[in-house]
Amino acid sequence: MNFLKWRERALESVFLICALTAIVGVLLVFIFVTIKGFPIFEKVGVLKFLFSLDWSPSDNQFGILTFIIGSFLVTAGALALGAPMAIMTAIFLSEIAPKRVQKLVRPAVELLAGIPSVVYGFFGILIIVPVVRTLFGGSGLGLLTGWIILAIMILPTIATISEDAIRAVPKSFREASFGMGATRWQTIWRVVLPAAKNGLIGATILGMGRAIGETMAVLMVLGNAPIIPKSLVGPVGALTSIIALNMSYASGDHQTALFGMGIVLFMISFFFVALIRFVSRKRS
Amino acid sequence: MRSRIMDKIAMGILWANGFLTIAILAMIIGYVVVKGLPAMSLSFIFTSPHGIEQSGGIFPTIVASLYVTILTVIFTTPIAVGAAVYLSEYVKQGRLVTIIRFGADTLSGVPSIVLGLFGLALFVYILGFGWSMLSGALTLTLMALPILMRTTEDALKAVPNAWRQGSMGLGATKWQTIRRVILPAAMPRILTGVVLAVGRVFGETAVLMFTVGMAINLPIFPNEPGRAMTTHLYLLATEGISMKTAYGTALLLMVIILLFNLSARKIFNKTQR
Repeated sequence: MNFLKWRERALESVFLICALTAIVGVLLVFIFVTIKGFPIFEKVGVLKFLFSLDWSPSDNQFGILTFIIGSFLVTAGALALGAPMAIMTAIFLSEIAPKRVQKLVRPAVELLAGIPSVVYGFFGILIIVPVVRTLFGGSGLGLLTGWIILAIMILPTIATISEDAIRAVPKSFREASFGMGATRWQTIWRVVLPAAKNGLIGATILGMGRAIGETMAVLMVLGNAPIIPKSLVGPVGALTSIIALNMSYASGDHQTALFGMGIVLFMISFFFVALIRFVSRKRS
Repeated sequence: MRSRIMDKIAMGILWANGFLTIAILAMIIGYVVVKGLPAMSLSFIFTSPHGIEQSGGIFPTIVASLYVTILTVIFTTPIAVGAAVYLSEYVKQGRLVTIIRFGADTLSGVPSIVLGLFGLALFVYILGFGWSMLSGALTLTLMALPILMRTTEDALKAVPNAWRQGSMGLGATKWQTIRRVILPAAMPRILTGVVLAVGRVFGETAVLMFTVGMAINLPIFPNEPGRAMTTHLYLLATEGISMKTAYGTALLLMVIILLFNLSARKIFNKTQR
């Protein structure tokens, strides 16, 4: 009898330790990326590192503002293209599509989510790059191509979560609206979407986090120049793609600077997760 | 009248958008299949790359990808299931649970390139595992953990409460209830989660480039480096050295991941009936 009680206690502790792994994991990631990257803050100075546009590792200039701007430019365009499409897909799936069509579209969205980012990048190089080059000039590697690829990539994330949010709106809301003679679109626009608003915002923030952290696909299609693009088709560098591209040959301060960029990325993703928490708490 | 027209237009756009989603998927898959099929053959799957163009087969990269993935599943599954059991069966609320969930959310939000940097710093450099299957799998464990925790927790919560009460009422202890009643009942859905996580891990690139390396060799022991299929595809595609091999690799990668996803669906659908 005593053994059973002891065993129950012991097992509970084991499960607790498993659960704590999630926290320990995050801390480990933060600590070790920081250990490797922090020296660049001391050497260059935090402000100069974050707010200087001058990136030329061969001359010991490590300002990453160009890439921070690059990351946000890429993400903003991808969201502007992808989020409306994703939310429309969610509305379509939950409010309009007959069961048979749902059975076609939903797996399609799930499969899009399953395609590895390196395949998206490959597809981008082979299809989107030549199309952009022909239509808009330039090399084809640049901002616009990044937007298109990323918009497709974040679509499933935003669509899936938006659909959950829209489905969570009580049926009675819709019935009341239809009962007052509203059309389907009026019901969606005036009743369903406002009621699901916080969920949709949460989904969009999650998509934004995905976009800013995406590496392989953007690495392959952005062109990765350390400049702020002057046109839609100009090459651009994102934090993620510059780290991936430079890591293979960087050493010394250059490598430390890449880890420093890793710290910045970690902070940005942490901020997005906290923001989603805040938004979803407001809902409940 | 205006609202009727508006309604028609909106419905039209929504339908068009729905089909655009399918069209995009069809275009990506169609393109990879059409271009990749000519490269596909038994010798492509079962021989090694050769020559400066790295044409020929991709066998070592398939082995490396599977090796890291299997190792990751072995590391992740017990921890994730244990964590989910704790969150769904022992302590459901409270400050600690909030922190654990926040930790899991943060972990799943960490960009893969940052995880790669972490794996490179800790496992490759500091612990001295070098570029190896082990370094890759340990790093990917952190990626797969929050995904599998979430799906397992959902699986456990889907087990009706009456079953727990029934078991406890018959005098079973909590652990006996978990092991004999709850885990078996939740097993198919847990398995679905595992297979989905496998799909994610298998398609990962950035982490593997930094922790497993790019050397083309057939990994036998966990301390050996290798080149994953995804890394191989990236290098071939950006260096443009052997496009035919790149197409073939992309197709095989997609097929393997689709198989994972479809089998996850199959398992899940079985439990719904």
